[in-house]
Amino acid sequence: MYTFSNRLKIGSIILMAVGLLGIIGGFVMAPSTVEEAKAMVASHDDGHGEEAAHAESSDHGAATAHEEGHDASHDEHLLHQLQNKPWAALYVAAFFFMMISLGVLAFYAIQRAAQAGWSPLLFRVMEGITAYLVPGGIVVFVILLLSALHMNHLFVWMDADIVAHDEIIQAKSGYLNPTFFLIRAVIFLGGWIAYREYSRKLSLRQDESTDDSNFKLNFRISAGFLVFYLISESIMSWDWIMSVDPHWFSTLFGWYIFASMFVSGITVIALVTIYLKSKGYLKDVNDSHLHDLAKFMFGISIFWTYLWFSQFMLIWYSNIPEEVTYYVTRIEDYKLPFFGMVAMNFLFPILLLMNSDFKRVNWFVVMAGVVILAGHYMDIFNAIMPATVGDQWYIGIPEISAILFFAGFFIYWVFRALSKVPLQPKRNPFIEESKHFHY
Amino acid sequence: MASHYEAPIRKPLVVGNKGYHDVTVDIAAPVEGRANKHWWIVFSIALVAFLWGVGCIIYTISTGIGTWGLNKTVNWAWDITNFVWWVGIGHAGTLISAVLLLFRQKWRMAINRSAEAMTIFSVIQAGLFPIIHMGRPWLAYWVLPIPNQFGSLWVNFNSPLLWDVFAISTYLSVSLVFWWTGLLPDFAMIRDRAVLPFQKKIYGLLSFGWSGRAKDWQRFEEVSLVLAGLATPLVLSVHTIVSFDFATSVIPGWHTTIFPPYFVAGAIFSGFAMVNTLLIIMRKVCHLEAYITVQHIELMNIVIMLTGSIVGCAYITELFMAWYSGVEYEQYAFLNRATGPYWWAYWSMMTCNVFSPQFMWFKKLRTSIMFSFFISIVVNIGMWFERFVIIVTSLHRDYLPSSWTMFSPTFVDIGIFIGTIGFFFVLFLLYARTFPVIAQAEVKSILKASGEKYKTLRDAGKPLYQISNAKISTEESVTQDVLMGEVAPKEGDKMGVTELLSSIGTFDATKETADDLKKVKGIGPQMEATLNQIGIYTFAQVARMTEKEYNLLDSITSSFPGRAQRDDWAGQAAVLLNNKK
Repeated sequence: MYTFSNRLKIGSIILMAVGLLGIIGGFVMAPSTVEEAKAMVASHDDGHGEEAAHAESSDHGAATAHEEGHDASHDEHLLHQLQNKPWAALYVAAFFFMMISLGVLAFYAIQRAAQAGWSPLLFRVMEGITAYLVPGGIVVFVILLLSALHMNHLFVWMDADIVAHDEIIQAKSGYLNPTFFLIRAVIFLGGWIAYREYSRKLSLRQDESTDDSNFKLNFRISAGFLVFYLISESIMSWDWIMSVDPHWFSTLFGWYIFASMFVSGITVIALVTIYLKSKGYLKDVNDSHLHDLAKFMFGISIFWTYLWFSQFMLIWYSNIPEEVTYYVTRIEDYKLPFFGMVAMNFLFPILLLMNSDFKRVNWFVVMAGVVILAGHYMDIFNAIMPATVGDQWYIGIPEISAILFFAGFFIYWVFRALSKVPLQPKRNPFIEESKHFHY
Repeated sequence: MASHYEAPIRKPLVVGNKGYHDVTVDIAAPVEGRANKHWWIVFSIALVAFLWGVGCIIYTISTGIGTWGLNKTVNWAWDITNFVWWVGIGHAGTLISAVLLLFRQKWRMAINRSAEAMTIFSVIQAGLFPIIHMGRPWLAYWVLPIPNQFGSLWVNFNSPLLWDVFAISTYLSVSLVFWWTGLLPDFAMIRDRAVLPFQKKIYGLLSFGWSGRAKDWQRFEEVSLVLAGLATPLVLSVHTIVSFDFATSVIPGWHTTIFPPYFVAGAIFSGFAMVNTLLIIMRKVCHLEAYITVQHIELMNIVIMLTGSIVGCAYITELFMAWYSGVEYEQYAFLNRATGPYWWAYWSMMTCNVFSPQFMWFKKLRTSIMFSFFISIVVNIGMWFERFVIIVTSLHRDYLPSSWTMFSPTFVDIGIFIGTIGFFFVLFLLYARTFPVIAQAEVKSILKASGEKYKTLRDAGKPLYQISNAKISTEESVTQDVLMGEVAPKEGDKMGVTELLSSIGTFDATKETADDLKKVKGIGPQMEATLNQIGIYTFAQVARMTEKEYNLLDSITSSFPGRAQRDDWAGQAAVLLNNKK
């Protein structure tokens, strides 16, 4: 049995407390009037707001809709962006940590459906991480609900005034409307959480049972879940991320976000495993298991890059204005985070984890893992921010605080879940194979 | 590589009471034996189709591309459809051999050899189409980046068609090297068993002097892993670039970002269907049911179901995004696909590719050989229609309604397509007779962990291997026991010789002629003389020997005990006998 050490518990509570203060601070510091917003921009305007480029590339219908009174509407737009900033920071971090546990859930279901022999020793670790899906998913849902209640402007298509002037969004309103949007969110979160809870229950029951019936049922529901996941994950990514740019569309988007969550999830499995091993738990987990996780980190990082490149290259090559504006905005206003992310998510993993021996060196895997996680946070950041805060982005108090808060929350919830049951499954039919696993 | 321990709930991958020697004999049998009538019939049909295709190709090249059904609106149709179809089929081979190797899936060992062969043969078919389409194939080298003084303009590196040239030629080369590397120990096995000098010579050349030393194996494993690592990104890149041929354009229905991974998934889907089609027949014809088991077919069906679902998800994503995009051209392209004049092609594609694989959710259906075969054919057809739908329905109604038209293939289009199918089967049938169709060295590496024989022995708590000590040094020879085969007679014992000849037959010098027993590997002049002395002169006699006779022989001759069994004299003699007839 693992006991949640006091140091880690206190550390996670401190992270949450500091993060919470910063999040509140971010909301308090957001401007409430146009004058305040202008003053804020003027005070640290060092190269950011180039108005012409911004007005052209922004996706906000409101900014381009009115020709006369452009300045006034632009200032109001600026206010909206700055008011959005703490919300967007909160949303990116909340989504990012939810995405980690959802990625782990997919990995777990694949292990079960594929009847993998190497991984059963890590099932409890995976189940611990997916425990976060319940609170993490609810937090994301609350943010979406608050958006639908017009507490913020993360999703411009929820703003009736903007939709009234925007024929493209009007054409999509059969799909993009707050009610249907929330119904979909409930179905997706409900489905994921239901699978997670049920599979976990079967997994624990298998340890106490005398036959393999729980194991077999778990195999079947995992295969079924993967079908649900394949569809729901795609639609979720269109809803929760792609629709912040309601004019833009890309068929690959769902699979692209999947790659991001998959690699982040696997990375966290590796990090938690290394941590637990360093504390003397998970005795039967050996170098080969770690090697395999690191291989997945390496392989899926390349897969992510493949999808990133496919999406980028096809849109760049075709150069169709409606599509290419997505990347034009990012390259103009987000050059460093946009290309920095590719370096972090591709170059670092490929260079650090290429060598077979390095995949067995714990601190190397941890180092690569931290870079991968930071890189995929930036990926979500780049997906949400340009549409919500435009060129007014920076990594400041609201962003860092939101990361700290959710990181603390994630650590607290995951390790609390890990401490509830023994870390090693007993009666999984493949457990011996997993113990003998040798690459 | 992987641990030898295997969970008891895993089903055996080699069924039946198969030991190491049985693997050798079973896999060498199609190569060493002679082709039967069915093989000749199928081969003749394939050859005729191939020759018909060659005729159509000659007609196309001598007359011009105008012999095809292309028109100014649909300027790309069957040629590119067939090209993509064949390239796609090729993908399963690399997936099985490389990706499943990296994932340590032991079941791939029974099917990887044939799947890779299929890859190479289908990529050859695919490669034909761009070359024919050039119209002047003798200038095919113009696609290579060679300086202008060789006659062409410097190649256009912006074109995905050029990337295709590099991608596919690299793919073909790496696949070939990977395939051949795996073949080396198996060719060596056939070489070592060969009885005729000519065969020995040929297989000796093919096996590159494989010696079977530990160093050979160590290099072999290293090279396999490196090539698998190389082949994995390569297999993704090939179909990705094929998808770029369409997706980089601005044609509604072609320009969509999901194309690269969706083409790769579709390629694996169609490739596995073709592997199933080929292997379901091959396991029957070559008597390989013990190695390509129902479980293998079931697992392939699961891959078909999985990739079919991914492809289905992509179809629906495309359809939804066409609506969601609000781009009316995009919307029309999809509306036209589903409800336009080519609706039948669209719905055939949907039925074959999305609907039919879903039957595989039922264990009863996915373990049925007949049903698997049927679905594999359905999927092959569906995937051909997928490419046809993407290509022709996107083109036939372009931006200018006055030039809207339909495409109808000429006999030349059809003939070339049928010709490539013929060519493919000609190659595959020749392969099936001359190559070890299962990677026997790899199968042997999992035999102890996953073979039914050893699994049963292990479950029963018995030792996995026992040295059969036939020579029992007892002085007294009890007739009854000799007859029961329990006690072997000693050297020069007439009783033993009679016993031996009674079961393998005697030689009548007046009616028969003696064979050159030295042709059997392991029988030298000395041994031949000994055998003749006992009364064994013909291949037929040697062919009838079983373990019991080997033991008797050992005890009579007392030289090289166990040799006859190790070299499988009976098996060799049977082949020699067969060849003599």
